[in-house]
Amino acid sequence: MALPQRKTDIGPPHYKDFLPPVIQKNYGDWKNHDIISPGLMVHTANSGDKIWTVRVASPRLLSTVTIREMADIAEKYCDGYLRFTTRNNLEFLVSDEKKVEPLQKELKEKGYMIGGIGYMVSNIVHTQGWIHCHSACTDASGLVKVLMDAFADYFTTTSLPNKVRLAVACCTNMCGAVHCSDIAIVAIHRKVPVIEHENVKNMCEVPSTIACCPTGAISPDVAKKSIKIKDEKCMYCGNCYSVCPALPIADPVNDGVAIVAGGKVGNLRSMPKFSKLVVPFIKNNPPRWPEVVDACKKILDLYIAGANKHERVGEWIERIGWEKFFKITGFPFTFQHIDDFTIARETFRTAATFKW
Amino acid sequence: MPKKYETPLLDELEKGPFPSFVTEIKKAAAKNDMAADELGILEKCYRERRTHWKHGGIVGVRGYGGGVIGRYSDVPEEFPNVAHFHTVRINSISGLFYKAETLRMVCDIWDKYGSGLTNFHGSTGDMILLGTKTENLEPIFAEFSSRGWDLGGSGSALRTPSCCVGPARCDWSNIDTLGINYAITQEFQSELHRPEFPYKFKFKTVGCAVDCNASIARADCSIIGTWKGTIAVDQDAVKWYEKNGMDINAEIVNLCPTKCISYDGKALKINDEECSRCMHCIAKMNKALKPTGEKGATILIGSKAPFVIGATLSWVIIPFMKMDPDNLSEFYDMIRKMWEWWDEHGKNRERMGELIIRRGMREFLEYIGVAPVPQQVKEPRRDPFWFWTEEDIAKTT
Repeated sequence: MALPQRKTDIGPPHYKDFLPPVIQKNYGDWKNHDIISPGLMVHTANSGDKIWTVRVASPRLLSTVTIREMADIAEKYCDGYLRFTTRNNLEFLVSDEKKVEPLQKELKEKGYMIGGIGYMVSNIVHTQGWIHCHSACTDASGLVKVLMDAFADYFTTTSLPNKVRLAVACCTNMCGAVHCSDIAIVAIHRKVPVIEHENVKNMCEVPSTIACCPTGAISPDVAKKSIKIKDEKCMYCGNCYSVCPALPIADPVNDGVAIVAGGKVGNLRSMPKFSKLVVPFIKNNPPRWPEVVDACKKILDLYIAGANKHERVGEWIERIGWEKFFKITGFPFTFQHIDDFTIARETFRTAATFKW
Repeated sequence: MPKKYETPLLDELEKGPFPSFVTEIKKAAAKNDMAADELGILEKCYRERRTHWKHGGIVGVRGYGGGVIGRYSDVPEEFPNVAHFHTVRINSISGLFYKAETLRMVCDIWDKYGSGLTNFHGSTGDMILLGTKTENLEPIFAEFSSRGWDLGGSGSALRTPSCCVGPARCDWSNIDTLGINYAITQEFQSELHRPEFPYKFKFKTVGCAVDCNASIARADCSIIGTWKGTIAVDQDAVKWYEKNGMDINAEIVNLCPTKCISYDGKALKINDEECSRCMHCIAKMNKALKPTGEKGATILIGSKAPFVIGATLSWVIIPFMKMDPDNLSEFYDMIRKMWEWWDEHGKNRERMGELIIRRGMREFLEYIGVAPVPQQVKEPRRDPFWFWTEEDIAKTT
C-alpha cells in the first residue's frame, strides 16, 4: 500500500482541538479549585461551569494495549478527553459530575492507582535506564517501581506535610529535574573509563573529547593517535563516553546509585533549591534495590515526623540543619559529601553556629 | 508467535501496587517480536547489572537532523529483533491533552511499524515511540506528518518546547502558557528539526512561580508567569478557610517570605509593595486571593543538568515582559540575538548559560541590548575586581 504524502516543518496539531468543550468555553477563566480527595479535584469557572479531574498513576512506559484501554475509558466517561501530567500521571477530564463515581469505580476494578493530588508523593520523574539507554548505570523504571510500591499509601491516601517530589536519573546526564527534587536517585560510576586506543582513532574526534572533560583530565596521546586520562583528576562523570564511544565506563561491580535530597523547583516561601548529597553510594541490587528503598523510606519517615505543615523536605532540613539531618538519619558523613567542584567555597560553613 | 523468554528477575517487578512497566512490556511482547526481545535483553541487563545498548548512529528522516534517536544493541545475535531499536520523538500537544481517537491513531501506526512500546512522555515532553527499525522511519514519519503531526527535537537543536496546563485548567496562570508554547514551537520549526546550535536549547513556559513544569531547573529559557498589580482579598473566603481549620497566622502570615501579610482575626491585609509573588498564600487560599493588574512573564536563562560545570538554575534576565501569543516579535528578536551570540562564541556541548558564566553577564546583556537591573542578581558582587570600558570611564568623569 502506498504511503501518504509526507509533510515537513508543520509542528504539532493545535491544542484547541484536544480540549474538552467545557475547557474551550472557560479557557483562562477559572475561578478556583477544590481537592476533593487525593485522586479527584474540581475546577470551577467564573461562569459556574465545572470540570472534574481524576488522576491515576502510570509507569510512563506504556504498551499500545494499555493506551487503547485508557482511550476506551476516556470515551466512556469523558467524551474521549484525557491528558497526561508533566510527572507522567494520567488525568481523566470529566465534564459530567454523575460520571465521576462510576469512572473511579471502573478504574479501581481495573487495578489503576488513583491519587497523587495535593500533599502527596506524586509519580516519579525518571529517565530510560536499561530499557533503552547506552549510558545508564542503573535501571530507572525498576527503581521507580520499587519506590512507588513502598510509598503507594502516600500516593493514594495518606497526606504529608507538603508534596514530596521524587526523581530517578540513570546517570549524571540527568534527563529530568533530578537536581531539584525532594528526594532523588542518581546513578554513578566510580572507575575511570577504559581507553580503547584503536577505536579512539577510528570513532572519535580527539579535540572535542579533550574539551568535554569538566576537570581537564584528558590530554592527547600523540604516539597512539589517541588520548590519555589523568586518573586522579577523573570524577567518572561519563561525559567523555557520550562524546567518544571508545571510552566505555560501565562497570557492573562498581556502578551504583547515590541519593540526594532537599531540592525543589517552586518559589513558594523559599527560593528554588538544588538537591544535596545524602548517600554517596549504594550498590545496584536489582530487581528491587532494597537498600535504596530503605534509605529513601528513612528520609521520608523522619520528614513526616519532624516537618512543620507546608515545609518541603529541603525547608525542613534547612531549619533543623544538615548536621542534625545526618545525626538523626545516621547516614555516615564522608569526604564525598564535601564539595570540591565548581562551587565548593560557597558550601563551607563560614559561621561558628551549628548544632552538636 | 514472538519468542518467550524466562524473566525471573523482571517478574519480581510485577509484584506490588504500583503499575508495572514489566507488565506493559509483556503485554506488547505477546504479539510483537521487538517487544519480546526488549524483554529478553532487559532481563539480561538485570542479570548482569549493566546496559546492553550502544551509542546511537546517525539515523533519521530526509531533510531533518533530529527527532529520531538511533539505538543499537551490543548483543544483536542474541536479540536480533532489537538489533536496531530506534526511538521516534513526536512533538506532543501543548498541555499534553489528547482525545481517545488520537491515542488510537498513534497505537495503530505504532503497532504496524514499531515495538508497541511508548513513553507518555519523555522528560522533555515528547511522545516517545520506543523502538523501531531503520527502514520503518520514513513510513512512520509519512503516516504521522500526513495526519498533522511532526517530530520533536534531539541533538544540538531546539528541543520540543513544553508548558504547564496553564489557563486550560488552572486558576493561577498569569499567561497563556499553551498559546505561547504553540507559538514558539511554530516560530522555530527549522531550529527544532535541523541541529545548528553548539548544544541543546530548551524553552519551558509556566503560568506562575509554582512552576509545575520545573521550568526554572531545566530550561535554557524559563518563561514564568507573574503580575504587577495587587493581590485582591476576599475577606469572606479568608473566614471560610479559618472556619475550615486553617490557622491563618501560622500557615499564611508567618510563612510569607517578605512578611507583607497581617491578620488580626477580622481582615487579612497584604502590603503589596513588599510582596515578591512567591505564590504561597495564593496557593493555600486559592478561593480568597487573586492577583490583579498587568500580567506577563519573567524571562530567566541558563538552567541545566550537571554537565559540564555543575547543575544550574535559571536566573533573571528580563524581570517583566508582556507575553501575548499572537504578538511575540519582541521576544523572538531577543531569542535570536541570544542564539547569534551563542553561535559565535559557544564551544561544542556548551549550553548558553555556561557560556554566560564563562564570558560574563555584561557581554551577554550588552549583546542582546538589556540594561543591568538589581532584579537580575541575588546580591551585587563582593570582590573589587571589575572591568571599566572607556565609555564607562567617560560617563563617570
